[in-house]
Amino acid sequence: MTDRSTPLDEVMRRGPRLLGPRRPRGPREEGARSAFVAFVSTLILVSLALWVVLTSEAWPRVQKQFFNPSAFREVWPDVASGFWLDIQMFLVAEVVILTLALIVAMIRSLRGPAFLPIRMLAIFYIDLIRGIPVILLILLLGFGVPALQLSGVPDGRLFWGVTALVISYTAYTSEVYRAGIESVHESQRMSARSLGLTQGKTLWYVIVPQAVRNVIPALLNGFVSLQKDVALVYVLGIREAVRAAQIYNARTFNYTGYIAAAILFLIVSVPVARFTDWYTERDRRRRQAMST
Amino acid sequence: MRTKFGLILLVVLAMVAAGCGDDDAGDTTTATTAAATTTTAADTTTTTAAATTTTEADACAIDQLNLVTPGTLTVATGEPAFPPWVNSITGGGFDDPESKEGFEAALAYEIASELGFADDAVEWVRTTFDEAITPGEKSFDFNLQQYSITAAREEVVDFSDPYYEVKQALVTVVGSAADGATTIEELKGLRLGAAIATTSLDLIESVIDPDTEASVYNDNTDVQSALIAGQIDAFVVDFPTAFFITAVTLTVDEVGQEGVIVGQFESPGDEPEEFGLLFADGNPLVPCVNEALATLRADGTLAALEQQWLVSGADVAVFG
Repeated sequence: MTDRSTPLDEVMRRGPRLLGPRRPRGPREEGARSAFVAFVSTLILVSLALWVVLTSEAWPRVQKQFFNPSAFREVWPDVASGFWLDIQMFLVAEVVILTLALIVAMIRSLRGPAFLPIRMLAIFYIDLIRGIPVILLILLLGFGVPALQLSGVPDGRLFWGVTALVISYTAYTSEVYRAGIESVHESQRMSARSLGLTQGKTLWYVIVPQAVRNVIPALLNGFVSLQKDVALVYVLGIREAVRAAQIYNARTFNYTGYIAAAILFLIVSVPVARFTDWYTERDRRRRQAMST
Repeated sequence: MRTKFGLILLVVLAMVAAGCGDDDAGDTTTATTAAATTTTAADTTTTTAAATTTTEADACAIDQLNLVTPGTLTVATGEPAFPPWVNSITGGGFDDPESKEGFEAALAYEIASELGFADDAVEWVRTTFDEAITPGEKSFDFNLQQYSITAAREEVVDFSDPYYEVKQALVTVVGSAADGATTIEELKGLRLGAAIATTSLDLIESVIDPDTEASVYNDNTDVQSALIAGQIDAFVVDFPTAFFITAVTLTVDEVGQEGVIVGQFESPGDEPEEFGLLFADGNPLVPCVNEALATLRADGTLAALEQQWLVSGADVAVFG
């Protein structure tokens, strides 16, 4: 089947899945026809939408306010350098989050009465932080902590902005890891223990590798979310992409800067989303192949 | 059978979409035409009003005014609004425009009474600083929260004649890197901040042009937080606000640090910087309010309000 597959087959295979729940594949002609229908209906709808927008009375004004080439050229350097700052914050935060969250999740998964206090501490942290809006945490740490003027405590906005994001996202991400850890069958743990591995070693060498693999799509979902939420640090006066666009808007009342920022965020987040889908699909196929 | 159903559904959808599209386009056309008509009418009214003010004041009679709520003067201010612009009936309080305490609160009631509104026909609404200077429909007849009249803003909103000439000032805390500076040159190396969409921010960028680009905050409250947190060395704000901040909010009692006005700035352009009441673009109310302002200026009310609520700042050093 695969060696004879044509581009049309590819559309047939993927088309219905994009549009709705997968249906059992019918005879060849039926598939070809539905692909054709899908193609034509998409074409009609897209051109219809474009026609409505571009011929509308309001379009010239919309274009001037939102898609203005000269405004775009003017605002682009500021927005782009702001976005580079966003990316740097994101990368630093993500590495720390993935590490800390795994530690919290492992603590929460420890068994035995001796570990009760730190287990409770992990649960308390997760419950507390997940109940607080990120923006509040950013304001609280970004303005509040430096205002205490404690010696040895940094007062940088970037530091506290990123720290607030790390604290918040670690709580969510550790729950993702925990879901992964709990999805690993109990027999894995018992076999490892019966081989003489300690509880810690069982977690690290047997459970965690399988757990992480199970939750990679959910982790990537968190990536996309964080990649956009880093923009929230603008409340601390940091001139990242959204703030740069806002400053331009305040000066000119033109919204093209926001569109420029949106494009930059999309350039990063859409490929991650596509990759997540591709990875999930590949993983599913591999597992099916293994089980048959 | 299923395919057929799908096709029918598609056709129906397409028709609905086409129908909606036409409607939208139609509505927009009508709306635009209507707007154009209104603007023309407004312009005519403006000219008529201006030309005939001396002979008849009818165009500014309450029932002739184009108000957001007929019979009521809807006035907007900040959220929250701070002294010395909007105070409250109880001494050090703020944010209660209906108390008529504070320069802008008192001024709004004086204008209302010139226009013939009773005090209880004045309705207060709130907007943030930057949302009111964007183009579009407005929820108020006029908005006063220290809006400087600028050419860029005038393209999207209308302003009244000025009601206050303002200078910008630099605020810091005692012992900071900015404390004691006397020249613009000394300010270049500092970390400066201002609220977004303000002329204070424009001043930092056009007059000081600091080595580190200015930090930009949502409002003056956040700017103060950043100063207290030591994340900026100083910030720029209009002088009366600066005076209030250093006297009331940035004090050892309140925040453990002592705020000071380092100095004030000459207006960057040739023209002095002035506050005006802000209206929706093309609002025919503008000439009527200007007339009221002229009366208040002529009979000394405006000067008396300034005297009562605002500090002149003549003794504060100007940056060289």
